[in-house]
Amino acid sequence: MTPIRHGTRFWRQGEPLVWATGGTLAFVLLSTVLLIGVVLVHGLGVFWPSPVAEITLADGTRFHGQQVQTETHPGTGGVSVQFKTANRELDPQRLDFRWVAQEALHRLDYPADVMVVERLENGSFFGCLERVDAAGLDLPADVPVLEQLVAALTAVRSERAARIAPLAAQIQTLNRELQRVQDTLLRLRYRRQRSVEQPDAAADANATCDAAIARAAARQQELQARSDELGAEQRAVAAALRQATAVFRLPSGDTHNVAVADMVRVWQPNAMSVWAKCRHYAAKVWELLSDEPRESNTEGGLFPAIFGTVMLVFLMAITCFPLGVVAGVYLGEYAREGPLVKTVRIAVNNLAGVPSIVYGIFGLGFFVYGIGRLLDEWFYPHLVEANKMVFGTGGLLWASLTLGLLTVPVVIVSTEEAIRTIPQGVRASSLALGATKFQTLVRVLLPMSSPGIMTGFILAMARAAGEVAPLMITGVVKLAPTLPVDTQFPYFHPDRKFMHLGFHIFDIGFQSPNVEASKPMVFVTTFLLVLIVLVMSSVAIYLRNSMRRRFQSRDI
Amino acid sequence: MKMPWMIADEKTTNMSPSHAEQATAAAAARAELPAPIARVHDLRLFYGATEALHGIVMDFPRHQVTSLIGPSGCGKSTLLRCLNRMNDLIDDVRTTGQILMDGQDITDPAVDVIELRRRVGMVFQRPTPFPKSIYENVAYGLRIAGVRDRATLDEVVESSLQRAALWDEVKDRLGESAMGLSGGQHQRLCIARAIAVNPEIILMDEPCSALDPRSTARIEELISALRGQYTIIIVTHNMQQAARVSNFTAFLYEGTLIEFGATTQVFTTPRKKETEDYITGRFG
Repeated sequence: MTPIRHGTRFWRQGEPLVWATGGTLAFVLLSTVLLIGVVLVHGLGVFWPSPVAEITLADGTRFHGQQVQTETHPGTGGVSVQFKTANRELDPQRLDFRWVAQEALHRLDYPADVMVVERLENGSFFGCLERVDAAGLDLPADVPVLEQLVAALTAVRSERAARIAPLAAQIQTLNRELQRVQDTLLRLRYRRQRSVEQPDAAADANATCDAAIARAAARQQELQARSDELGAEQRAVAAALRQATAVFRLPSGDTHNVAVADMVRVWQPNAMSVWAKCRHYAAKVWELLSDEPRESNTEGGLFPAIFGTVMLVFLMAITCFPLGVVAGVYLGEYAREGPLVKTVRIAVNNLAGVPSIVYGIFGLGFFVYGIGRLLDEWFYPHLVEANKMVFGTGGLLWASLTLGLLTVPVVIVSTEEAIRTIPQGVRASSLALGATKFQTLVRVLLPMSSPGIMTGFILAMARAAGEVAPLMITGVVKLAPTLPVDTQFPYFHPDRKFMHLGFHIFDIGFQSPNVEASKPMVFVTTFLLVLIVLVMSSVAIYLRNSMRRRFQSRDI
Repeated sequence: MKMPWMIADEKTTNMSPSHAEQATAAAAARAELPAPIARVHDLRLFYGATEALHGIVMDFPRHQVTSLIGPSGCGKSTLLRCLNRMNDLIDDVRTTGQILMDGQDITDPAVDVIELRRRVGMVFQRPTPFPKSIYENVAYGLRIAGVRDRATLDEVVESSLQRAALWDEVKDRLGESAMGLSGGQHQRLCIARAIAVNPEIILMDEPCSALDPRSTARIEELISALRGQYTIIIVTHNMQQAARVSNFTAFLYEGTLIEFGATTQVFTTPRKKETEDYITGRFG
């Protein structure tokens, strides 16, 4: 027997394979961790109040800025620093970011009194507070300016709550009433037009209809006038509130006025303690989760998008889950194996590989233009006449049905697999006790296959939550004025357009006019979407594991 | 699984007796039998074009334990499955001949299989507890038959588990999942489940082949205890087991009934050479 050389033994024992498999897994893990890490690092830091520097350049120019990032020029090796300078309206090109070469930087100071103002418009503002001009407001005179500003903010807010909020509520009620009247008017006009086409219609019926139309039109005008009046009043009050301004001194020596009514919140990052920064951070996160977006989605909250995403996945699950399970059960349990069933199986597997945009186009053609238009013609003929669509345009319902169609193959395949892996003896035992095939299915096979079905469901859900392309043509919008669920009858409006986190990422990341300003929000939104998918999957996995414990034995 | 002796040409080996011979053997056995519960008459079964049972004629005695023995592939399980029409589940299976129970031919397509399977219960080779609690496993047959009355269910579950000698082990955890029991307990649970619907016949298809010797002994005790209340037909590969638990034994070979008689007679003074060869271990 010849002795085995050291090297060959290494190969013969299969060590390289173990290394290869382990290495591949490590690679996959690493890329996942890297992706999540990048999102976390960029996303979590967005709301932390970073210090604002007073920057003096070599040429004597002075401005405020937050350092964002540094970049080395690949050719020259020169380093540039990017600052967020805010004060968009003061820049000739309306930019709030600025690149400065490292050599050009003369000095950086961090004065404690630099204030960051988050505004309703034009992004943030950096400056040193000088005084508050609020003649109309009753402010304490002999206190520091900062306290004056805080008092002014509180006063403006309470004024707004007392005077503008009731007006807005009134306008909203009026608008709803107006909508109803307009709907009635359209209905009446449609009926009248139909009766013109039918010559034998009773003349007095037409007269009644005409009278009703006239009444409704009068009511509409009246409401419209009242609404316009209230709107003007609201604008006047808002303009009056904008009279109160805060005067800021800029490093260049100029001063600038900012209306107190435009301010969302103010803080002095250089003077804040860690505890104050934490409170600020928590407040911003709460705003993100609960508020509506502002400033073309680059500021404010994401609540409508979060709500839309969860709602979409929920509706998707309700539609695709029963469909997929029932189809999978038929394929796995009832269908007799043959060329037809084989073809169907291949077709279902292939469906899972169709590009999602194709599903989107199908959804648009079939659900929106097909079923949606048909529903409109049946239930809202008067609106179709006026070229207004209810179901005949993209909406939450159609988007979720499209996603359901997209994910149903995954559920079918996993259900079929789960049912087929149940030992034949279990079926035979149930049948031998006098059970019918259906009783066997419902009482034994489905419970036993439920963990496998759940696995498919988890995969389907994760895929649906991250899908954007098909939504873009079936009902997602950049900014939805209303949520799909509200207090108005019938409380749930699946025909409404909705917002979605995935689309939000695309929109603010690639469609925004101010890419730099929206970048932090892209990471935050991504983080939130990943978090939502994680939470939903965790709940589903928990359910699956408890089913496993219940329905699967330890030794079979 | 094909054994070398199975490849041998039937015509030259003279292993299969003629139909007439088989009938006389059956008639001889029939004379000693108590009132039969099921009478099989000239039963032939085809898998597609292949004939798997060649005109079986035999009577199963009431309230006795009958064992079916024979080498693998001889058709004993197929014969067993004819008695509750489980072969219906396999495509391309066709039978001719009759199986009479209470004067009714159960091979008739018009027979209500659901009803038949309630009268003829079955226990399989691998225990197949359902993913339910122990209680619900035993109550399954009654529940699907539409019994909802809690008192009836409680009573039947307890008596079935007692008869299956499982009650003492599980009475404190009836609500727990049946999946947590051991293999031997699983098989007794399956027997309890079959007893619960109160069948006339219990078919057992190698009930002990997946169990360890101790569990096997318990099942065998159980079969002996059930004799007299139920008609039990058991397929087994274990000759000692057939000798221990059954009163009657049928030996099948290549789809033909070779010999059928009282177990003591078949094992001590077999009438046929093939039977003797098989039980003495010369083949199979």
